[in-house]
Amino acid sequence: MVYTETDQPTMTQSEFLNVVMPFKDKLYRLSKRLLVSAEEAEDATQEILMKLWAKKKNIEGYKNVEAFAMTMTKNFCLDRLKSKQSSNLKLVHSNYEDGSRSLQSQVETRDSISWVERIMQELPEQQKMVLQLRDVEQYDYNEIADLLEMKPTAVRVALSRARKTVREKLVQKHNYGIG
Amino acid sequence: MELDRKEKLLEKYFEASTTVAEENELRDYFAKEEVAPHLKQYAPMFTYFSEAKDERFTKQVPLKPRVNFYKWISVAAVAVMAFGIYFGNDYREQREAEYAYNQTRMALGLLAENFDRGTEKVAYLKEFENTKQKIYKNN
Repeated sequence: MVYTETDQPTMTQSEFLNVVMPFKDKLYRLSKRLLVSAEEAEDATQEILMKLWAKKKNIEGYKNVEAFAMTMTKNFCLDRLKSKQSSNLKLVHSNYEDGSRSLQSQVETRDSISWVERIMQELPEQQKMVLQLRDVEQYDYNEIADLLEMKPTAVRVALSRARKTVREKLVQKHNYGIG
Repeated sequence: MELDRKEKLLEKYFEASTTVAEENELRDYFAKEEVAPHLKQYAPMFTYFSEAKDERFTKQVPLKPRVNFYKWISVAAVAVMAFGIYFGNDYREQREAEYAYNQTRMALGLLAENFDRGTEKVAYLKEFENTKQKIYKNN
């Protein structure tokens, strides 16, 4: 694919960036929601954008590049999580995470907004993604169903569960007053 | 009543049957200061979602370098292959020549050995001549 690069007049770098700019932050935020660490999310986003760049010849063929990129991001991050689970990397990572979390909770015990973030971290992956795509990115139900390769009814069920779990845990923390 | 409507919307929200517009209405409501006390506990949710949307991807996207990298790797690979074929041929020719030389030397050696054996045999002919001379002298 490298060799034919000069054969066809395809997208230039700046054209590509114009296509990608409007949704690159969404890719990053979804990666971060799933991978938690900002560094890993940045790496994942870079990786996705480079993959898109490699496929730039087909880009005009997709009717919705953003949806395509979001699905790529989802699959990429879930793969990352899976491979992390099978290696001992996960142990190292969650240790690190716990450290920062307890530090964080010492510093901002009263910050109930960051509670929501932590509550979201505890949700199952699918609910995490549905909540992220709906309540943060405000996609509509059908778009979410497409992006996540789910049925629209399943999206609603997952979303309702996610919202209720967040509410429940938030109320608990509110009542006990602990972070 | 206004509050009644918000409560209904919230209920719908948790059943995941609100529209994006209705969710925006809730978001706006919770962003304000005067939230009804019994609804205040939900405020962090909506505030967090709004804040989460402000996060930005700030890293540069290295598009070109990687392409060049592959290009140069392939150029290097071709160069290495060409050298390999070129010098490989030289080496093979040299080995073939050495083999031919050794074979020739062995053949010549064999020849020389047999020649030597031939001259030894010819030495007997001289004996025959001597005897013949003796006989001639006697007559």
